[in-house]
Amino acid sequence: MEIKKTAIAGTLESSDIQLMISQADSGITIDLQSDVKKVFGDQIEAVITTTLNNMGVTAAKVKAVDKGALDCVIKARTIAAVQRAAETTDKPAWEVL
Amino acid sequence: MKSKVNRELPDDLMNKLDYKPFETTEIGHPEIQRVAPKVHVSTGDDKIVDSIKQVVADTVKDGMTISFHHHFRNGDFVFNQVMRVIIDAGIKNLTLAPSSLTGVMNDMVIEAIKAGTITNITSSGMRGSLGDFVSHGGLKNPVIFRSHGNRARAIEHGDIKIDVAFLGVPSADRLGNANGMEGNAVFGSLGYALMDAQYADQVVLLTDNIVDYPNTPASIKQTQVDYVVKVDKVGDPDKIGSGATRFTKDPKELKIASMVNDVITHSPYFKDGFSFQTGSGGAALAVTRYLRQSMIDNQIKASFALGGITKPTTDLLNEGLVKKVMDVQDFDKGAADSMHTNGNQQEIDASWYADPDNKGAMVDQLDVVILSALEIDTKFNVNVMTGSDGVIRGAIGGHQDAATGKLTIISAPLVRGRIATVVPDVTTVVTPGDSVDVLVTEFGIAINPKRTDLIAALSNIPGLPVYKIEDLQKMAEKRVGTPKPLEYTDRTVAMIEYRDGTVIDTVKEVKD
Repeated sequence: MEIKKTAIAGTLESSDIQLMISQADSGITIDLQSDVKKVFGDQIEAVITTTLNNMGVTAAKVKAVDKGALDCVIKARTIAAVQRAAETTDKPAWEVL
Repeated sequence: MKSKVNRELPDDLMNKLDYKPFETTEIGHPEIQRVAPKVHVSTGDDKIVDSIKQVVADTVKDGMTISFHHHFRNGDFVFNQVMRVIIDAGIKNLTLAPSSLTGVMNDMVIEAIKAGTITNITSSGMRGSLGDFVSHGGLKNPVIFRSHGNRARAIEHGDIKIDVAFLGVPSADRLGNANGMEGNAVFGSLGYALMDAQYADQVVLLTDNIVDYPNTPASIKQTQVDYVVKVDKVGDPDKIGSGATRFTKDPKELKIASMVNDVITHSPYFKDGFSFQTGSGGAALAVTRYLRQSMIDNQIKASFALGGITKPTTDLLNEGLVKKVMDVQDFDKGAADSMHTNGNQQEIDASWYADPDNKGAMVDQLDVVILSALEIDTKFNVNVMTGSDGVIRGAIGGHQDAATGKLTIISAPLVRGRIATVVPDVTTVVTPGDSVDVLVTEFGIAINPKRTDLIAALSNIPGLPVYKIEDLQKMAEKRVGTPKPLEYTDRTVAMIEYRDGTVIDTVKEVKD
């Protein structure tokens, strides 16, 4: 799936994560801010990367501001951000859910 | 060497500081020799000093121990004024021994450490930028953390020998008779400061309100005071307490509070004449309201409420549901005002409140106590000192002391955001599991297996599911995942004393 524009999903409320996805030439880079980065940083980045891979995204810049979100929330926000960035919100990718 | 809660303690520091590892929560009946302060004899007519600068020049020398109280909390103007003068005077190598450190003092403490003015600290706790600074190795010598009762014990033993105490008060007369109840920046009980007034070699009062002699009621007495300094303002009354304490609407906190109330009312301690202590958190305040209704329904009255006092507790006093309030500090203006007006609200000092080496402390008589936790582990050990990142961000307060109550309840949510509260091992052991009886979370309770009597009393109550604490820990981990272990250096940045003066755990410098 191709990232066509910069898009955001999620809020800065407690237990949520806000993801901003933008275009990149190649590869996935994640800039993560989180109070729990020391203990859950790797896990959060792994969930985002896996979700992007499952959606066929191979090139993207991700800025994530985490407020203690659980994995299910991180996955949902990532899917929403990708679909907005790829302009496919009218055709939800049910199979990745 | 190891403490009884299985924490490795650094041999070099333990030997150098002449410490013994924590063994038991039992205090026994040792014979204790207390110390007495120096007295600089005076008729009392020469105590008024014009400036902090002059009093510092007269009293503070390199290497001394100085102290402050934290009753003004985040409205404190005294600490920063005095420390500014001490730093500017170029004084070095001081030990800072306040009853605790509040956020408003953080920047000044860091400046004083960097200037070499402060080289040692003992406190109940620290938070924010100062906790961060110390956890990253900013202070060469380890901070000594002591509970409020243990600070009183250490002062009486001479472990803390205060050379000069700087005590802010909202009213004093020219000889130093003072209280915390009258004036502009009132905070009620002077409980923690009374230790300093009694045991410091030199006592300096700072006030913005010099009243006619003699000032009564006198919590601090003229017989204890060397200097009285007039300053513009001792504190900001709006930042001392939270004003009117609001009742939580958070459904999770309400559920926990209602379950805590169920634990209390189904325990053998809930009978006429029982006693209790609650904290100041949202859930603890809500417990007070549920407990009020249960007391009315069952026609039960409490003999006393203890500790840090809030308005919901003084409301019970006014209703006659609590006969006495034993007050070491007030968390809000309502409680502070009530101490002024209600004769059944007794000001008590930290020794009377909680000192283990005593001829009986109030906490020894306590039936029910509700405490909070940053973390609690499967051994029921509690951490109220370090956060999930290993950084110092808390205070022992009266936690270890009050936990000696007959029914000690820890109320805490199972998880906070992505951080589990119930864990396999707490980051820092502050209160040993031996003194903790019941954990209450929003999902259910866990009872310390040593309390077979409580397991029998609490096991078949509708709406009060009982779990093994290991099961609650697994529930938490299933929700948030398994955190990566924290990384530390070998350097010790703080020693955690148990209330008897032994060492229960240490805090290491964080690596990042």
